[in-house]
Amino acid sequence: MVKVNGQELDIAGKTVSAYLATTDYDPKRIAVERNGDIVWKSQYDVTVLEDGDSVEIVSFVGGG
Amino acid sequence: MQNDKLIIGGQEFHSRFILGSGKYSMKLIEAAIRDAGAEIITLAVRRANTKEQENILDYIPEGITLLPNTSGARNAEEAVRIARLARELGCGNFVKIEIMRDSKYLLPDNQETIRATEILAKEGFVVMPYMYPDLNSARDMVNAGAATIMPLASPIGSNKGLATREFIQILIDEIDLPIIVDAGIGRPSQACEAMEMGAAAIMANTALATAGDLPMMASAFRQAIEAGRKAYLSGLGRVLTRGASASDPLTGFLRD
Repeated sequence: MVKVNGQELDIAGKTVSAYLATTDYDPKRIAVERNGDIVWKSQYDVTVLEDGDSVEIVSFVGGG
Repeated sequence: MQNDKLIIGGQEFHSRFILGSGKYSMKLIEAAIRDAGAEIITLAVRRANTKEQENILDYIPEGITLLPNTSGARNAEEAVRIARLARELGCGNFVKIEIMRDSKYLLPDNQETIRATEILAKEGFVVMPYMYPDLNSARDMVNAGAATIMPLASPIGSNKGLATREFIQILIDEIDLPIIVDAGIGRPSQACEAMEMGAAAIMANTALATAGDLPMMASAFRQAIEAGRKAYLSGLGRVLTRGASASDPLTGFLRD
């Protein structure tokens, strides 16, 4: 299982690109972090999610 | 006034009003930016919502500098992490460091902020630390590579104005970086006063978000900030310690 934004998902073995393709995220508007390190956009295709990974997907919101 | 520029991280700005984008509709952002005359707008970074159809970036006009904050960070490491994610979102390298350990008063942790400033400045960020106005901490932030210092006027979102006036004045007098008053400014008159004191810019969010007519309040702030800046540049008249001083000639009275 891979934890994405706090939620356990059965996506181990998929690349970041493959996982994102199953979602409604706009790739231009998000940043991805895996186990505390940024996954650069150029690495989405080759970064394979592993069992136990913790992923954060963030975007900008209004704030002060 | 034409040549009066605010320079942050080598970038020139003509506006001295940094606008927040929190707590109001995205649909008002464009009007707020226009009526504020703002060139910098702050944003926060949060977990993305898969079902979110619209993104705040779609509402911000081209040419506006984005200033992501690190709100939600409780220590330097978390702030650094948020700053890196913000940069990866692809909107430049400005960052406002905001680190809070306390959720009641939302006061910034100066020590952790100094640490985060040092790490992020070394990574090439233009670091704008939000801080409690303390001269020693401000000096440490300067040495750590800060681009500006952002002292609070009063607690975030309180609209209480310049509660820390004397201490902000010390920063203005002693720190050789732009001092941008952030947090607590509730009224245009308070923004104007801070600018008269020599603040380089004002950051406001709640004052606008809780106003009756947001774009009109943005315009009022713009005028107040410009008025305060002009007053500062022109040099305020002196204040008498006692007595009075006539403005009119003391000769030629009609009574004699």
